[in-house]
Amino acid sequence: MLSKRIIPCLDVLDGKVVKGVNFVNLKEIGDPVDHGKWYSEQGADELVYLDITATHEKRKLLAELVKKVAEKINIPFTVGGGVNQLQDADALLSAGADKISVNSAVLLNPSLIDQIAKSFGSQFLVVAIDAKKVDGRWIVYRNGGRITTDHELFEWASEVWMRGAGEILFTSMDHDGVKEGYACKELAMLSETLPIPVIASGGAGAPEHFLEAFTEGKADAALAASVFHYNEISITGLKDYLKNHNVPVRL
Amino acid sequence: MADNIAIVKYNAGNIRSVDFALRRLGIKAEITDDSARIRAASKVIFPGVGEASGTMEYLRRKGLDVVIRRLSQPVLGICLGMQLMCGYSEEGDTECLGIFNTVVQKFITGKVPHMGWNMLEDTRSELFRGMAAGSWVYYVHSYFVPENTHTVATSYYNGRFSAAMQRDNFFATQFHPEKSGSYGELILKNFISL
Repeated sequence: MLSKRIIPCLDVLDGKVVKGVNFVNLKEIGDPVDHGKWYSEQGADELVYLDITATHEKRKLLAELVKKVAEKINIPFTVGGGVNQLQDADALLSAGADKISVNSAVLLNPSLIDQIAKSFGSQFLVVAIDAKKVDGRWIVYRNGGRITTDHELFEWASEVWMRGAGEILFTSMDHDGVKEGYACKELAMLSETLPIPVIASGGAGAPEHFLEAFTEGKADAALAASVFHYNEISITGLKDYLKNHNVPVRL
Repeated sequence: MADNIAIVKYNAGNIRSVDFALRRLGIKAEITDDSARIRAASKVIFPGVGEASGTMEYLRRKGLDVVIRRLSQPVLGICLGMQLMCGYSEEGDTECLGIFNTVVQKFITGKVPHMGWNMLEDTRSELFRGMAAGSWVYYVHSYFVPENTHTVATSYYNGRFSAAMQRDNFFATQFHPEKSGSYGELILKNFISL
């Protein structure tokens, strides 16, 4: 039986992890390998490194980070941020990334999805979608939620699947940071209508929220950052909880 | 004599991750498409993520199809590598190497790709020595090999399929040991110490 996946997200700035694990004494502050290793030892099923570097020049540090992680970490990892064209994806693949996640770049240039999927396979490509409910409609945003687009969530999700996305990472901006649970109704609609895995993101504050994302939301995986970062929830404890509620997890 | 491990280099994605996994175990390997070096290796790993027809075409052009088929040392195919060791793949209507006399089919139910951690069951091979029953391994694939006479482990995804196969000196896993945490490392170690 396929397990549900628990995915901690680590923020990266200028090649260093700035939001990873906040509560253990890691040898080197910001070392992507140490942070990733710690999470993988706790039972994380995958890792996401999200690059929040603003300047273009510092972007090449990302490839170095990816190479270090690929050498040392024995579970799959996704790299988000910094992919604006096919060559960026190629560079991350060569550096050893298992998957990349794209968001704003494909909203501006949807055919980039086709290009990446065709060149490297759908399994390499996660499309992240940030959306929020405006006047009863789920509107897609880009640039970290700062800029609104003409796309509606379900229409856009279906388009990215048809263009070749291998997975969808859906963040509800209404739920993100609130810690009152994921957008389960919308997750379930995505998961039931699309034939590719859906990753829940935004809203985790307690183990029950993960359970709901998998049961009500029918998500294939759940991603969270701050609850893991500040050790409000331990991955080990979370997986025990899920197992006790009959959710298949890897222990 | 020290082991010399060859990783078959071809036009598939993420071959380096196998090399990285071996290095974590302190094992040096050579990534090569040189027939002589592959034939001379004590163990050969045939990894891969990619598409079947284009990859077979590439292997044939390089003469590697014949080389791999005739190897007599332990060979480990991984993911696409395992599928290419079968007789035929529905992916791109592709004639494959024919080491395992079976076919590769497309998943027609459930979400595709089958992606994530799944449980390894019915394990019966030296590859899994020292592993607890029901260990989890990492998969990413859209095509699968049904259970057959060569199957030495299975997993379940809308049906039971071959998680691993074995015939004489040929071993293969559908999952990625190089991404399967400590169990994956144990499987690689078991293969290397065959």
